[in-house]
Amino acid sequence: MSILHTVNKTPFERNSLESCLKYASPGAAVLLIEDGVYAALVGSSAESLVKSGLGKVSVYVLGPDLKARGFREDRLIEGIQVVDYAGFVDLTTEHDKVQAWL
Amino acid sequence: MKFAIQINEGPYQHQASDTAYFFTKTALEKGHEVFRVFFYHDGVNNSTRLTTPPQDDRHVVNRWADLAEKYDLDMVVCVAAAQRRGIVDEGEAQRNGKDASNIHPRFRISGLGQLVEAAIQSDRLVVFGD
Amino acid sequence: MSEVVKKFMYLNRKAPYGTIYAWESLEVVLIGAAFDQEVSLMFVDDGVYQLVKGQDTTGIGMKNFSPTYRTLGDYEVKTIYVDADSLAARGLTQDDLVAIAYEDMDTEEEIENIVEVVDAARVTELMDEADVVFSF
Repeated sequence: MSILHTVNKTPFERNSLESCLKYASPGAAVLLIEDGVYAALVGSSAESLVKSGLGKVSVYVLGPDLKARGFREDRLIEGIQVVDYAGFVDLTTEHDKVQAWL
Repeated sequence: MKFAIQINEGPYQHQASDTAYFFTKTALEKGHEVFRVFFYHDGVNNSTRLTTPPQDDRHVVNRWADLAEKYDLDMVVCVAAAQRRGIVDEGEAQRNGKDASNIHPRFRISGLGQLVEAAIQSDRLVVFGD
Repeated sequence: MSEVVKKFMYLNRKAPYGTIYAWESLEVVLIGAAFDQEVSLMFVDDGVYQLVKGQDTTGIGMKNFSPTYRTLGDYEVKTIYVDADSLAARGLTQDDLVAIAYEDMDTEEEIENIVEVVDAARVTELMDEADVVFSF
């Protein structure tokens, strides 16, 4: 069973991303939405956490949320894929279930 | 695919309702079915018809209502959570001795069983919260 | 009530009383009992605080809903998992937590405590096994 995990808070405010990456199985997908998108940026103290996650799971970031917060794709950690809402919907159908880390 | 949507937060305070709206709208436009949108915790506050948001910003309640009208969506508000937070329909007003009701007609108040049923009947439960 | 039986996981990650999520998520479990699904409760991160015994809310004027956890055995809940790492990080042990009894009405099998502390690998396994995850 492959899970699509969603994370909606920054790794500085909550431990949701850290926990998500800890318990996610290899092959799962993690989608960063809302304030969760900040974790996708290079140069933050969370970068190593995210990079280590990338070795195990696929990481996506919701483009509209990134753009709203003033960041462009050129500041993303390499390996993170940008999706829009259509991509978000597709991810939920491609994986067996959705698990929200609130 | 058939979706059940759970929204845990009220309008404006959190982005949850906005994200849920765009997810739901996109899923419907792609031809998926949305079995039910269930509002829980402060999410019940998405169902009041009495909001007057500033003109230059989105109208969260009406946006949901318009989507529900277009796609005949079942938008359910949990009765226990609604009672706690003062979301009232005519029936609840009479039963609980309230002098007014405030729910938008596109939403209906019902029990938590509706959320559980939605999770059973749908292919995917997607939760939006804090 | 339903022909379809799914594995439900109720994922609890928040502490009680500071927010309402702990109590209102429990209400879903209680109502959900009527639907005869295969239910498990998972407590991770701050969620483990929900099961701490000896809660006394008189000073904060809130309803003490913790006695409800001890009745979960009456609501078709046979499996309650607590993440070991979350407990340890918070300086807690299973001794700090309530014991929740379960009795199988058909076999009359009685289990003194269905609260099971599990390691991270098992948490992952259990999350993978669920068909539906409720988050609050």
